[in-house]
Amino acid sequence: MGIEIKMPALSPTMEEGTLAKWLVKEGDEVRSGDILAEIETDKATMEFEAVDEGQIGRIVVPEGTEGVKVGTVIATMAGEGAGEGADDAAAPVPAPKAEAPKAEAAPEPKKAQSGTAKLVPEAKATVKDPALPEGTEYLKTTVREALRDAMAEEMRRDERVFVMGEEVAEYQGAYKVTQGLLEEFGDKRVIDTPITEYGFAGIGAGAAMGGLKPIVEFMTFNFAMQAIDHIINSAAKTNYMSGGQMRCPIVFRGPNGAASRVAAQHSQNYGPWYAAVPGLIVIAPYDAADAKGLLKAAIRSDDPVVFLENELVYGRSFDVPKVDDYVLPIGKARIMREGRDVTLVSYSIGVGVALEAAETLAGEGIDAEVVDLRTLRPLDTATVLQSLKKTNRLVVVEEGWPVCSIASEIAAVVMEQGFDDLDAPVLRVTNEDVPLPYAANLEKAALIDPSRVVAAVKKVCYR
Amino acid sequence: MAKTTTPRPARAKAAKPAGADHNRLRPSLPEDYEATREELLEFYRQMVLIRRFEEKAGQLYGLGLIGGFCHLYIGQEAVAVGIQSALKPGKDSVITGYRDHGHMLAYGIDPNVIMAELTGREAGISRGKGGSMHMFSVEHKFYGGHGIVGAQVSLGAGLGFAHKYNGDGGVCVAYFGDGAANQGQVYESFNMAELWKLPIIFVIENNQYAMGTSVNRSSAEDQLYRRGESFRIPGIQVNGMDVLAVRGATEEALKWVQAGNGPILLEMKTYRYRGHSMSDPAKYRSREEVQSMREKSDPIEGVKKYLTAAGVSEDELKTIDQDIRKIVSDAADFAETSPEPELHDLYTDVLVEQY
Repeated sequence: MGIEIKMPALSPTMEEGTLAKWLVKEGDEVRSGDILAEIETDKATMEFEAVDEGQIGRIVVPEGTEGVKVGTVIATMAGEGAGEGADDAAAPVPAPKAEAPKAEAAPEPKKAQSGTAKLVPEAKATVKDPALPEGTEYLKTTVREALRDAMAEEMRRDERVFVMGEEVAEYQGAYKVTQGLLEEFGDKRVIDTPITEYGFAGIGAGAAMGGLKPIVEFMTFNFAMQAIDHIINSAAKTNYMSGGQMRCPIVFRGPNGAASRVAAQHSQNYGPWYAAVPGLIVIAPYDAADAKGLLKAAIRSDDPVVFLENELVYGRSFDVPKVDDYVLPIGKARIMREGRDVTLVSYSIGVGVALEAAETLAGEGIDAEVVDLRTLRPLDTATVLQSLKKTNRLVVVEEGWPVCSIASEIAAVVMEQGFDDLDAPVLRVTNEDVPLPYAANLEKAALIDPSRVVAAVKKVCYR
Repeated sequence: MAKTTTPRPARAKAAKPAGADHNRLRPSLPEDYEATREELLEFYRQMVLIRRFEEKAGQLYGLGLIGGFCHLYIGQEAVAVGIQSALKPGKDSVITGYRDHGHMLAYGIDPNVIMAELTGREAGISRGKGGSMHMFSVEHKFYGGHGIVGAQVSLGAGLGFAHKYNGDGGVCVAYFGDGAANQGQVYESFNMAELWKLPIIFVIENNQYAMGTSVNRSSAEDQLYRRGESFRIPGIQVNGMDVLAVRGATEEALKWVQAGNGPILLEMKTYRYRGHSMSDPAKYRSREEVQSMREKSDPIEGVKKYLTAAGVSEDELKTIDQDIRKIVSDAADFAETSPEPELHDLYTDVLVEQY
């Protein structure tokens, strides 16, 4: 009986990869555990092992092929007891055999789709920065590369800037964000730490007090909970407590918010937590241009910055202006899409959801304006209120819990300062008020998606 | 002494308890510092300054001029004075916890601005916004003054990191107490400090009580100088009531760190006469115990003996005492009469930049 070997998913968010190298050829006998091929994703290169014994029949996808979707048949294998040439592709496939060493089984007949898929609709055309001159060239860049470029540029510019964290150097970044930095800047400035967030966040903060400009990477912000004392008590409060004498110019960065199928302890949006703290700057960019321009601004700032990225958009490509030194102002929201009928306020990954919803709404005759907050502290309430003045209706879209959220804060600000402009109550579209579940259907039910935004907008438009 | 090692199968080896590595380079056992007459007088002057300053702070607290938490350094003077005297101001950096008045005075910071901070005045070193526990002087490379027990150890390792990164030859001294010595982040920092050979001296001021909990009621290994051993950080236990022993140990520690050997740990056995803070029930130890320490081990009386042996007269010491009383009383006057911060200062210094 023939067995199909399919492109495996090597991480929870992998959708496609490059078949870098075949380590077997047609006709080879393989045993379980033999390495069949090397597969490269945007995060890492990984070896792909055989699960069964048998003989390699046909190699369907040649090495060097890029963009091979997860689940594509890449080779066939004659299984134990099967005759030569039994690799009949038409034969029924009983159960998935060749699959990823871990992670979800790619070729499941009823593949469970993560609720996070709805969070990352196709990247929308980026809004051009009005501050840039006509004719500026744009380069398609992933968010991941944009972040790396920002760090590399600032490290070239300022000797005091260094990056430390778990797996940032030799591993090239747990999410490959720091790829290539070790090679360019050496181990003095790109430092692998032990898995001790509390300790290295404190060392980073101390180094900043001592005059350096550290970038501390948390593998994810969930782990920064171990270090939150230094972020708040040491970094955020020292300038005030010292009467302005002692600075702590540090950037704490890493992925934040829900990831895919990793359940409650690895899926939380800390935006509202940090945004509640005076003394911190909190930035949560959506696209690659903002990731670059705002991270550069964060590194240059003399204040402590919490820079919240999102793993689900790391691999998305957006236009990034090709200019020598692209630095954006901190604390300025931007209009992602102009509209007359309703204002959608969001940040980070929620912006994509809001844009997707705005497109659907346009088809139904509702013209939505989308505001990307970009910075959560200080919050650009002026831009929000100005948009509200125009549309008179407002919905906040937030990939995070509803209680004491950024959405709650926007609602309060709008009530206090924009009450007369409101033609309907402010509505919040947020994740459900539960720890994020693992089961695909529950996860999907817990997270925001464009259809919920559409429903909320119709409600405030009384349609 | 050193056990002979017999080759064993891997499993047996792993089960072997981790013993001391006798082949490891270790610092020499320190000797008491040989101070000149002038140095002894300076030690005396600084220790008396700290004692009188803290007594005055206690009084002002009682009068309601100082609020919140106020942790006095009385009894522990020899530690800060002995260590600070070995450091190079402007080059070496210092960080400590909330019991920080003594370290600042020993580092030559103006008593007026310290006392004015205690009373929460505009002229205070933190412009009245930090208070007793949160004082800093970047100019003196004194980095606080931290209120979270143990935080200064990680932050100190960061200061050590900066010294090494900048190649400025400086050493960081991070002071913490026997209570902080049980905090997890201390060991995370020990690990990285040794791994990266950071120039830092970890100083445990073991005053024997973490608030009201004695060391042996809170610490499985109560010989705190051993706490760095599993990170290969050598530790030395020092009589923290004797300024010459403290200074001698600091010299040895500086030698070790400056030679690029990485961190070292000094456990200073000391004692605080007063409560943990101003509101201390004093039920966890006997009055006799405190009295006996004061009588037998007082660090100022100790220096006095050295001074007498060096031929310094009572009169000379009395002159110093009077000078100190004047300095402290002036500091108190300054702190009482200085204006409070302007109300608009409520909103300044939250962030450095405008956004």
